[in-house]
Amino acid sequence: MRGSSVFAVPDPVPALALRGAGRRYGERAALRDLTLELEAGRTLVVFGPNGAGKTTLLRMLATLLRPHAGEVSVLGHQLPDEGYAVRGRVGFLGHEALLYRELSGRENLRFHARLHRVGVQRVDEVLDAVGMTARCGDPVAELSRGMVQRLAIARAVLHEPDLLLLDEPLANLDPAAAAQVAPLIGAGSGRTRVVTSHDPAGGLRGADLALGLKGGRVALLAPAAEVDPGQIAELYR
Amino acid sequence: MRSTVAALLSKELTLEWRTRESVPAMVLFSIATYVVFHFGLDRDRVTGDLASGVLWVTLLFAAILGVNRLFVAEYEQGGFDGFLLAPVDRTALLVAKALTLFLFLCIVEVVAVPAFALLLLGPPLTQALPELVLVLLLANAGIAVLGTLVAGLAIQTRARDLIVPLIALPLLVPVLLAAARCATPLLQDGGAGALPADWLAILAIYDLLFALIAYAVFDFLLED
Repeated sequence: MRGSSVFAVPDPVPALALRGAGRRYGERAALRDLTLELEAGRTLVVFGPNGAGKTTLLRMLATLLRPHAGEVSVLGHQLPDEGYAVRGRVGFLGHEALLYRELSGRENLRFHARLHRVGVQRVDEVLDAVGMTARCGDPVAELSRGMVQRLAIARAVLHEPDLLLLDEPLANLDPAAAAQVAPLIGAGSGRTRVVTSHDPAGGLRGADLALGLKGGRVALLAPAAEVDPGQIAELYR
Repeated sequence: MRSTVAALLSKELTLEWRTRESVPAMVLFSIATYVVFHFGLDRDRVTGDLASGVLWVTLLFAAILGVNRLFVAEYEQGGFDGFLLAPVDRTALLVAKALTLFLFLCIVEVVAVPAFALLLLGPPLTQALPELVLVLLLANAGIAVLGTLVAGLAIQTRARDLIVPLIALPLLVPVLLAAARCATPLLQDGGAGALPADWLAILAIYDLLFALIAYAVFDFLLED
């Protein structure tokens, strides 16, 4: 009966559960006392000016940074102790593409496919889905920023992760490319998503929960439908 | 873990083939150093312990160049993050990087050792070659494992070009000493002597010791 709307029961374990989570860089607190829950299949949009702690939050959820305070549970597993169970179920798209410049797009994706034990046909599927089949043989160093971003998106979804962590995913993409990658990383992808954005209207669209960070502290946490774009603009003042 | 090591090794060799950043520099450094020794010592031929010392000091410094470059692509192009996000045994990175450095050293020596024989070595190399290859392989293994460990440590620092030789060279002194002592009788005038078994054993034990240390601590180097 899986998929039936009549008998569907929400997953009792939230995809994300943070209680008093914090992270420091030396003496400086990059993220402080963050408490929130996000159900599986929902989207959390994170707003905040540069240095607010958005990227730190994403890297912490991706197991790339250890939390220094509080409790962090991702896909039902406590971090950092159970990080091994989370890796491979997370698709991370950061500011860096995580692609080797001297390798082609296809070579990069095949390399990641081997690390994630994904079949080679999946590489062709995602290359096609991001519209990079024609240029997939070119070295990444010779591609435009938008093309590299499309390949980075292909890399992030290559292993069909349960949780997408997307740091300004549409940066460098033209409207056509943004529309093309929407089925992979947009709200319609069916995956739990944490998305950072500087665009109040665009960010709130398709989000379930909105988080505003300022100086590493929570300045706003509310259902996205109840947030006015003006409240987001306040974060940047 | 084998498939992960194979994927990483294949990527390393492809990157080196495309960029040619490490091996050509190591080869050119070795040859240039032998030329410098040739003129600096003002000799056409060296033998015995002097020959062994010149051979190994040069190879060791050439290896440092490769150690310095070992994790640069990972650090500058996000390779660490890409690897850490995958559900794989992290020791695979240690094994793949050590194998890469080992292969680089072998390739360098294929050119550098004949160049040494041509520019400096008195006695012919052919007679001692099988034993010398054994010493080279054992020393390469030690340099590769220790070099990978040091490179992994230094890449996180701003002054990695300074940190690598400062940490690696003192730790590699036992490898240099054992390899030089092993090679000395092989490079003597009047025919190669027997390979000293005690120094060969020390070299092998040192390799094993650092392989175990690297296995134990490498995961911590990758941790945030």
